[in-house]
Amino acid sequence: MAGSDTKDRSVLIWVSEGTWRASVDAGLSLAPAGARFTLLHVTSAEVADAAHGAYLGLFGRGRGVGRDPGDRLDELATASAGDLLARAAERLGRSCEKVEIHGPTERAVVAASAQADLLVMARDGDRSRLGPKSLGKVGRFVVDHAACPVLLVWPEPAPDITSIPPPPHAGGPG
Amino acid sequence: MNAAVGETMALLALAAVLAWAVIRPRGWPEAVVAVPAALILIAAGAIGASSAITEARQLGPVIGFLAAILVLAHLCDDDGLFQACGAWMARTGASRSTATGARRLLVQVFVIASVTTAVLSLDATVVLLTPVVFATASRLDVRARPQVYACTHLANSASLLLPVSNLTNLLAFAATGLAFGRFAALMALPWLAVIGTEYAVFSRFFAADLSIRPRPGPGQRDNDAGLPVFTLAVVALTLAGFAGASAAGVNPAWAALAGAAVLAARALARHRVAPVALVRAADVPFLVFVLGLGIVVKAVVSNGLGAALAPLLPGGTSLPALLATAALAAVLANLCNNLPAVLVLLPLAAPSGAGAVLAVLLGVNIGPNLSYTGSLATLLWRRILRRHGSAPDLGEFTRLGLLTVPAGLLVAVLALWVSLHGIHA
Repeated sequence: MAGSDTKDRSVLIWVSEGTWRASVDAGLSLAPAGARFTLLHVTSAEVADAAHGAYLGLFGRGRGVGRDPGDRLDELATASAGDLLARAAERLGRSCEKVEIHGPTERAVVAASAQADLLVMARDGDRSRLGPKSLGKVGRFVVDHAACPVLLVWPEPAPDITSIPPPPHAGGPG
Repeated sequence: MNAAVGETMALLALAAVLAWAVIRPRGWPEAVVAVPAALILIAAGAIGASSAITEARQLGPVIGFLAAILVLAHLCDDDGLFQACGAWMARTGASRSTATGARRLLVQVFVIASVTTAVLSLDATVVLLTPVVFATASRLDVRARPQVYACTHLANSASLLLPVSNLTNLLAFAATGLAFGRFAALMALPWLAVIGTEYAVFSRFFAADLSIRPRPGPGQRDNDAGLPVFTLAVVALTLAGFAGASAAGVNPAWAALAGAAVLAARALARHRVAPVALVRAADVPFLVFVLGLGIVVKAVVSNGLGAALAPLLPGGTSLPALLATAALAAVLANLCNNLPAVLVLLPLAAPSGAGAVLAVLLGVNIGPNLSYTGSLATLLWRRILRRHGSAPDLGEFTRLGLLTVPAGLLVAVLALWVSLHGIHA
């Protein structure tokens, strides 16, 4: 790949609570020189919907404005997403575009990947036991459907290769 | 009026009251239909005036009690109690170990949500605590999903402990014939058992979200409020007052009223709250709705539904009878909602004794976690209405409900059975 080809490469960094530092750092160190950066955060309606549902479950309680915790969570989520994107941009230290989307996370990320040359994302699963589940449902969907190459990083330093379990039916060493 | 006509009228009235409460046309209060429905049933003779007055007399203290608790919780929020809880979680929830992840924070949320629900009622957890928990999770840079779901679940399942924890308990409290302290003693084990079950399920179900290690964000301590010691002391004294008053044969609602009055007087004197805000916190339309609903349900039960449902409800307090009672209550609560469900089942369960009434409460309090909005009726209507442009994804919520509710009901009934036999022995 010629150096000049990388000039306009677009790198999409998907930032998410708790794992965004690793994604930003990987994007910064592994993206081609001169790449354009986009930071993407997606807020799913699921959490606010859960609070909204619980409020509806309170049968017959006041309909006063501002009482539905679902609405309050929507506001808090928007503020929190803006804050997270600002901190990610600060860590990146380069000019970048910040994109905040409300919607189903996996589909929003895949849709955004159509305009990118590289998607950087962190594992979103249970990493206490290594294996297929170190990718969550959302992460799995994005890896399967992303429209560009994916750089998948560990939120913490990658585990040592000695963490790999022995192959099935393995004999003794050697 | 003959019973068939009376029952038909009463059922139509109940259907109208419930439909209005679910649909909430133009955001009008639920009482707009519940009160006229009750008055029409009285005027038509579907329920005798004396019978309606008796029902209103029974509901009066319950409604007063509820109003006092709603005001108490509101004032606790004004005094920064929930903010202080959030600040404490943000300070201590951060963990150094990747293996612990956000589990420490989840334990803290479980403790605070369970205690808040038990002492200040489920309304406080849903309306006042949930946003604080969400904000805390954001501050600690972890996913808020398990923490918010914990609040929504525990608002129901952790509302078993005290008569004040849930309106369903308040409605049933008199029918149990128990003193406040004895109610709490019998429900303590089921309460702990169901919270433990919820935690075990949550810990596995949200393993991925919980694997993220909380980190304190920048500007962490800037807006950390101190613990409102005076407020906390008043709440503790109010709790002691519940048990003391009840033991002395005085309605514990007076203790709630006293606690709310002390905090209200202090807040008013300091100009921290307007009188109109206190009235709004008491949610008068809701109180009137409960009164209307109570009279309508009384007409439905006494004109024939009670006799029709009675064979379904097993008598006695054997373990199978308690299980069947709790299951029936959970099903009924999921069909309409737990308020009408408990009003219908109370007169049927009461003759079998306190144990049967408490089993009804296990069902109507834990059961609503099965459906996203506490009942299928509300859920179906919301599916039609569609919030956020698309209907919320119910798969996750329903799977969590299927994992927690049957298991929670089972362990809670077992625990109740043990308490009934252990404490009475």
